[in-house]
Amino acid sequence: MTLYVYLVAGWLLLVGSLGIVRSRDLVHTVVCLSVAQSGTYVLLIAVGYQRGATAPVFGSTTPPSENVVDPVVQAMTLTDIVVSATVTALLLALVIQIAKRHGTLDPDHLSSLKG
Amino acid sequence: MSRPARLVLFLVAAAGVAALLVVAFLDLPPFGSPFHPYRDRAVAAAVAHATANVVGSVTFDQRGLDTLVEETILLGSVAGAAALLRPSKEERENTTVPEGGRVLEATKLTGYLLLPVTLLVGIDVVVHGHLTPGGGFQGGVLLGTAVHLLYLTGHYRALDRVRPLPVFDSGEALGAAAFAALGIAGIIAAGAFLGNILPFGTFGELLSAGTVPVFNIAVGVEVASGVIVLLAKFLEQALRVQREAVS
Repeated sequence: MTLYVYLVAGWLLLVGSLGIVRSRDLVHTVVCLSVAQSGTYVLLIAVGYQRGATAPVFGSTTPPSENVVDPVVQAMTLTDIVVSATVTALLLALVIQIAKRHGTLDPDHLSSLKG
Repeated sequence: MSRPARLVLFLVAAAGVAALLVVAFLDLPPFGSPFHPYRDRAVAAAVAHATANVVGSVTFDQRGLDTLVEETILLGSVAGAAALLRPSKEERENTTVPEGGRVLEATKLTGYLLLPVTLLVGIDVVVHGHLTPGGGFQGGVLLGTAVHLLYLTGHYRALDRVRPLPVFDSGEALGAAAFAALGIAGIIAAGAFLGNILPFGTFGELLSAGTVPVFNIAVGVEVASGVIVLLAKFLEQALRVQREAVS
């Protein structure tokens, strides 16, 4: 069942999006965005996986060889995680501002514009 | 839009996306196959530059420009979050912070014991980023969270003393500037932006991999400072900032 791991990645993306759509609290929305984004980590790591291969880090006991999982997608995942963490921080700061200005975190009560 | 209507709209769209994803997944190379052309080239390039950690080599040597942009995103979002978390006009910032409630002795002991250990592990992960799994980003987060163990032990004031925020504000900018400066040094010495300017050394030694360890340290300083500044701003919001009574 080689499709399974890719389906997990797709499922994470969709279930995270479902959480955003159904959210009643902006902090919950931000966490759901992180869940949706973690689908990309699973997809990237799965694309680079090779059965029986080791980590792409060499040393005295593991001499350089081609028999490693793909380091390029791992570096991309690292970038992805860093960006996700910073975006989460920025969004949470925005949520704090919204809570102060509007006194609510329910997105359904935030429809009116307010200066 | 009402909640049920929104949900129905989402489910229709999600079904479409799911179908497209499955069609795309069916065309991907089978999971776990030995066909990885990028891997073969990346490993060869890393070994040629005496970098034991191929992921580190990809991040700082082969895809340095991406990492520079990524670092700029980090800098920008920390600056943005810090700007958003300033106390507003109707708020005032308390200079004294009430000490929190009672903290378990076991929590305090664990916090004090783990503080030096976490700092050491953080430095180790940054410095050996080109040899073992880790690097500037991972080690920087470790270093940034290490000092917050003091907060978990119930000493916000102690935390306030050990992390003078202006130092870390500039530490963050310095880390990002060092990255860009190394890139420009690459133009001058190696003829390419972010090119390698240091001798490669012996594979697997601490002083190897050319500029990768230097990039790791620059990023480590930036990420650690960024995490500290961010958490400090969030903690200030929770502990210090109070809304003045609106008359």
